Amino acid sequence: MSEQHLPNITLGRRMGEAMVRFARSDLLFSFVRQPVIVLAFIITVVFVLAATFAPLVAPHDPFDPATLNLMDAFYPPAWTEEGNESFFLGTDNQGRDILSTIIYGSRISLIVGFAAVVFSIVLGVLVGLLSGFVGGWIDAVLMRIADIQLTIPGLLIALLVDGIARSALPSGAREEIAIYVVIFAIGISAWPQYARVARSGAMSEKVKDYVASARIIGTPSWIILLRHVLPNILGPVLVLGTIGLALAITSEATLSFLGVGVPPTTPSLGTLIRIGNDFLFSGEWWITLFPAAALVALVLAVNLLGDWLRDALNPKLR
Amino acid sequence: MLVVALVAFTLSNFVGDPISNMVGQEATLEDREALREQLGLNDPVPVQFVRFIGDAARGDFGISYRLQRPVQDLIAERLPATLELVAVSAVFALAFGIPLGIFTALYRNSWVSRFILTISLAGVSLPTFVLGILLIYVFSVTLQWMPSFGRGPTADLGWWSTGLLSFDGWRAIIMPAVTLGLYQLTLILRLVRAEMLEVLRTDYIKFARARGLKNRAINFGHALKNTLIPVITITGLNIGGLIAFSIVTETVFQWPGMGLLFIQAVQFADVPVMSAYLVLASLIFVMVNLIVDILYVVVDPRLRTERRVTQRS
Amino acid sequence: MVALLKVKNLRVEIPTRRELLVPVDDVSFEIAPGEILGVVGESGAGKSLTGAAVIGLLEPPGRVGAGEIHLGNRRIDNLPYREIRKIRGREIGMIFQDPLTSLNPVYTIGRQLIETLQTHQDLTQSQAKARAIELLQEVGIPAAAERINQYPHQFSGGMRQRVVISLALANNPKLIIADEPTTALDVSVQAQIIKLLKRLAADHGAAVMLVSHDMGVIAETCDRVAVMYAGRIVEIGEVHNVVERPNHPYTQGLMAAIPRLGGKDETLAHIKGSMPRPNAIPNGCAFHPRCPHRFKPCDRDRPDLMKGQGSEAACWLLQKEKANV
Repeated sequence: MSEQHLPNITLGRRMGEAMVRFARSDLLFSFVRQPVIVLAFIITVVFVLAATFAPLVAPHDPFDPATLNLMDAFYPPAWTEEGNESFFLGTDNQGRDILSTIIYGSRISLIVGFAAVVFSIVLGVLVGLLSGFVGGWIDAVLMRIADIQLTIPGLLIALLVDGIARSALPSGAREEIAIYVVIFAIGISAWPQYARVARSGAMSEKVKDYVASARIIGTPSWIILLRHVLPNILGPVLVLGTIGLALAITSEATLSFLGVGVPPTTPSLGTLIRIGNDFLFSGEWWITLFPAAALVALVLAVNLLGDWLRDALNPKLR
Repeated sequence: MLVVALVAFTLSNFVGDPISNMVGQEATLEDREALREQLGLNDPVPVQFVRFIGDAARGDFGISYRLQRPVQDLIAERLPATLELVAVSAVFALAFGIPLGIFTALYRNSWVSRFILTISLAGVSLPTFVLGILLIYVFSVTLQWMPSFGRGPTADLGWWSTGLLSFDGWRAIIMPAVTLGLYQLTLILRLVRAEMLEVLRTDYIKFARARGLKNRAINFGHALKNTLIPVITITGLNIGGLIAFSIVTETVFQWPGMGLLFIQAVQFADVPVMSAYLVLASLIFVMVNLIVDILYVVVDPRLRTERRVTQRS
Repeated sequence: MVALLKVKNLRVEIPTRRELLVPVDDVSFEIAPGEILGVVGESGAGKSLTGAAVIGLLEPPGRVGAGEIHLGNRRIDNLPYREIRKIRGREIGMIFQDPLTSLNPVYTIGRQLIETLQTHQDLTQSQAKARAIELLQEVGIPAAAERINQYPHQFSGGMRQRVVISLALANNPKLIIADEPTTALDVSVQAQIIKLLKRLAADHGAAVMLVSHDMGVIAETCDRVAVMYAGRIVEIGEVHNVVERPNHPYTQGLMAAIPRLGGKDETLAHIKGSMPRPNAIPNGCAFHPRCPHRFKPCDRDRPDLMKGQGSEAACWLLQKEKANV
């Protein structure tokens, strides 16, 4: 068998083994034992599914101008006196159904959140692996950058990047790329922690004997990294990623609330809250509070999952 | 700090065309050139950088694009508001976070502790602005106890203006301070708890118990001091977080501080203000870190004594 | 002489999620005032837990499952917390293994000494300070009056252990429990510390329970020795008897495994197998799977301590010989 085939087979087999181990493992055991965590998981899944199948799930399409009727504006939730049954959570100032806006809004929030996290993981892990494996001055420089960045709060970095993008780009293009800018801004504020994990993983594997022997027979470094270092750091990266997801969703919501996040044409939960805030004082509380509740529920659920994952994967606590 | 200055400088000069921003669309080409010359934008870059630093050191950051006023004045007006808010929040977070952390460490299994821990998890998940809105809704709209925006009456002490000298001033600052401080509080609480649990497992605590020392002496004398040492450093490092989130808090409560200024600057690409904010924020940050470093040495005797060859027994 | 410490049928239990562990099972011994009893055994034999049980410092969920502990004419294993706290440091002093981690790094040793003194005795600040300086001098710290204001990290390892000893002895306890007091120290320092302990115990007329896995230290220092294995005492007696004419096969194996200077060039003798963990203790005599002399009753019935030549040992062999004799 040629060298090319080997990595694929072992990777596949490894994943299969991992799944069997998972099913029998302490992980599943501790999961099922804690009802709060199961609830958190369910909530997260509900959100993700609702967001993915938004057009099918949402009772109305809040962004199709044709279906909007200003006469429908400002309906309070269906269970109150003045409510309307077809608008379960009420409507906003333009007659949009709040429940639907929340579903579509979650979609944006989740997309941005996931994308940002994936971006930071990819960037962070690549940098970390490179830094740890190669060492030398590359390592020193990269880690310095990471350190400096770690001392600056993420929100500030995201704001800065956003601000720079705003002034650097011509205003016409701004709307379209805004969402990518946000993803980039949030993503880049979080990569250092993944880099650290990847780096320590690479460094501890680097000194092991099999790496030296692999090098002698000429295996390219990236295969070594892929096959051996990656599985080791998967656990911590997963934990960081889950908590990072909660953070990313929160950051995006904050940015959108502040008006520097996603454009108003594709509103996220944060945007919805901002819009609704204006009506808080005139008594139409549902326009802002329901999106806020949805946001908090989602973030809380993901946080709980991340916390549980961290405790469950921690070898010291077993 | 130098790095920050570099970033701020790059921002100012290369992002967008400062001239366009300043004079609007109608200015002719000659006018623009004249302004360029006047502002020294045609000089070589290093010269501009040095000038930037020099100006910054004197507090001169140029003129805000948006408001057409010297940035310096804007800062002077707004800095006290932000500093007061940050200070009150920090005090709030420490004053409640530390005792709660100690409590949950000492009484690990009581339901009160578990309750507090759950709330703290919620505190981490609640975005600052949502909390702010919630507080406004409950306390301003429904109960009408506290004003929902602005600083309330302020008194002028020379160049500083403070809101803390009047009851109404306090009423105005409570909600923003709680909003800003809550996240820090949960962090401090968890940190203190974790540290204390670690410390309580050490040998010297075991030895103290073996010597029959009273619980009070052990928990508050021996354990506490060791617990607080790392807490100080980490809290200092988190000041950055307070500054960053003050932006959000100020927006929600329309608090006239640096954060609100910054956000408006970002929205309008008002570059001088942005760079001024950056420089200032990092200045505060560096100073706080310095204070923390000094405090650390004062508190931990291990760092104090010079290293010398220990005597052989 | 009336014994100061009487431990009767002590049983320490640790309930875990899966099972109940019994790391100390039916342990009995006595120590008279001025006597030094060594408790020797491998790691995990239960020696430290026994010491912890005596001073009431078992870490939860560990607990005393059965048995009694008497100090003087008072039973101490079932006292409420307030009473035990008064005994600790006052009537029983305890020394741990690692002097570096035993001392709080952020307080001067003077403060720690004065605090210990004032907790149990009614002394003013200056009286306590004077007494503290005396204590430091007694354990051999030079320039005590100046060094009293120094921090633990400013002392070397041996000096630190002396400070620890002074702290444990501050209130003149009648019983001293020393848990591996020399294990963390350099060999050259070990001897000094042991000598110091012996001297202090003799000066104060205190009883000492010296826990160690180092047979050499025990042989040098103790009057009597108890050998522990898998949570039980398998042999107990005067030290020269146990060392020179051990009755229990385990002790015999231990003694044979000690390399001796001037002996023949042989391979190092060792006992096959290893000591069982608390969750896997064999039936009958805990040592029987590894014992070269095992016979019929050994895997069924657990032997109590029986009189042998010189020392007592928990071994059916002793009864077998008696029966034959």
